[in-house]
Amino acid sequence: MTATAVRICTASSCRSRGGEAIRAGLTPVAQASGSRLRVTGVGCLGPCSDGPLMAIGQRLFSLEAPAPEPLAQSLQQALDHNSLETWRPPGCPLIPADDAFLRLQRRLVLQRCGVIDPESIEAALAHGSYRQLQQVVNGNTPAAVIDAVRRSGLRGRGGAGYPTGLKWATVAAMPAGDKVVVCNADEGDPGAFMDRTVMEGDPHRLLEGMAIAAYAIGASRGFVYVRAEYPLAIERLRRAIAAAQAKRWLGSAIAGSRFRFDVEIRVGAGAYVCGEETALIHSIEGGRGVPRPRPPYPAEQGVFGLPTLINNVETFANVPVLLALGPEAYHPGTKVFSLTGHVRRGGVLEVPMGTSLRTIVEEMGGGAPAGRSIKAVQTGGPSGGCVPAAHLDTPVDYESLRALGSTMGSGGMVVLDDTTDMVDLAAFFMAFCREESCGKCVPCRCGTVQLELLLRKLLARRAQPGDLEQLEQLCHTVQQASLCGLGQCAPNPVFSVLRHFRSELEACLH
Amino acid sequence: MAGSDDIPFGEQPDFGEQPDALEQELQRHGLQRDGLIEILTCAQRQHGWLSPTVLTTIATRLQLPLSQVLGTASFYHLFRFEPPLPHRCLVCTGTACHVLGAPLLLAALREESLPQRGMELGEVRCIGSCSGAPLVVIDGQVLNHQSPASALRAVRSMATTQP
Repeated sequence: MTATAVRICTASSCRSRGGEAIRAGLTPVAQASGSRLRVTGVGCLGPCSDGPLMAIGQRLFSLEAPAPEPLAQSLQQALDHNSLETWRPPGCPLIPADDAFLRLQRRLVLQRCGVIDPESIEAALAHGSYRQLQQVVNGNTPAAVIDAVRRSGLRGRGGAGYPTGLKWATVAAMPAGDKVVVCNADEGDPGAFMDRTVMEGDPHRLLEGMAIAAYAIGASRGFVYVRAEYPLAIERLRRAIAAAQAKRWLGSAIAGSRFRFDVEIRVGAGAYVCGEETALIHSIEGGRGVPRPRPPYPAEQGVFGLPTLINNVETFANVPVLLALGPEAYHPGTKVFSLTGHVRRGGVLEVPMGTSLRTIVEEMGGGAPAGRSIKAVQTGGPSGGCVPAAHLDTPVDYESLRALGSTMGSGGMVVLDDTTDMVDLAAFFMAFCREESCGKCVPCRCGTVQLELLLRKLLARRAQPGDLEQLEQLCHTVQQASLCGLGQCAPNPVFSVLRHFRSELEACLH
Repeated sequence: MAGSDDIPFGEQPDFGEQPDALEQELQRHGLQRDGLIEILTCAQRQHGWLSPTVLTTIATRLQLPLSQVLGTASFYHLFRFEPPLPHRCLVCTGTACHVLGAPLLLAALREESLPQRGMELGEVRCIGSCSGAPLVVIDGQVLNHQSPASALRAVRSMATTQP
């Protein structure tokens, strides 16, 4: 008889709602059950706003923070009556498997997230972890791997959307010698937590993707640069790296081959700009996270001056599943989003690339809270913009969002209802960029200060008629003259308001 | 916060840690300068802040000018150059928290003169658990769905307890 598995989400969000305490509370029941019941802590189960979440087979329950003791008693009773398969924790709503939030997903990157215990490499291996790495190092040439990635059409999931296969080929073409693979896990956009979800829920997928990339480009050293605000992700990655080394999936003689790859974690210390690749390189080297002009691109001169491949968490996490499915079956892939803000059901979801915003926000997220209506959806964080409600049928892909003056960014999606003051939101993002500007180049250092002042002036209804023109002009200057992506994109939220909600800015003039 | 190993925010200094933790971290990086940020993080975890003495020690051991060590440390938000107060309350000011009322929480908490009662008030730019917005983090513990009233209750109960 196989044990019935009760899975409790112990990722950050459910943890803050008591998920870990529930897991601890139910564990003794499982221990006393012989082998009939297993209680496992797992990564994100999806609809975080209904957390803490518990899954038994396909059934997902919103526990809404009941005390662990009565829950344990009820579970014990179900066990005694042999009714585990139909057990319903008292007072806890069931989220049916055909709920749009679950039904419309295509979970490739999050395949094992919420299914396996992220702290157990045995569980990951039993669900297929490192199978692609084994196949690749023992049977594929690096060129064949790069070709598969190229044919899949995979593009960088960090926001810019650069073709991943092309990036890999560029680094692979650099003269042989030491090369470096870097995973950008500095997920700094406020409202974005897709990468945290992957690292907390299935860290081995990321490590496998990095190792395959290292094999493809000829690197033997790797870094994961994680932000300090993600302690659980850091802890689980550390554990995963140690376990993978012990099982020879990292380190020397990987899977019995001559391929060697060592991974180190570098923890940031709170600087948004370190998500910019040249700043990230300086930070890994132990310096100030200040960007530098490109070229030379990191592919040529990256960490310690060596040719370096930099991809973000989700990009690497796509690689094993892309190889498993084959590039044709994988295409066009998926995108993981974090859905938050004024929405009934929020959390982490993975949908086919090109799903419409309306599907995500209205069908899956259930739309705005009762009595309110959606005004816009903010995507791309401080570098992105707002898509007004009238454009909700836009498919979510790199080009469509760019055409509307927003960006896909890393996948943070904040729903804004009709109570949102768009000018205040623009000022909020500008204050963020002003605070996070590294100060190296003048347009960004001074421009963000002036732009924020102008927006505050508008908000305080003290603006003069010429101020709107000045705002627009200065936005163009900062966009065109800044050194790095942070400065170049800092005006985007303002451009977005100028384009879609100009009347709100003009109303501030009176 | 369970299992927090490296997080300098909202965490109390671990005075119980081995006194040679910093030395071990220096050795782990082979006294190489690329380990500077990790070494600073370790020092701050041990002492709660980066004092001039600690910064000078690190500079000497890594054979770096003090200006370079301080230049790097001061670049990052999480390093601090003053001793921490016993408690710390951080209001998340990420996008979701902002649109759901973080400014109101901040305004209410600022009125409380918390520092006089042993609690620092600060901001954090998104901890990535936005489904609980607006949220505050008190001594590393996340409190979801806060209102000005509930946040005040939470800090009042903490600020009166000595660590």
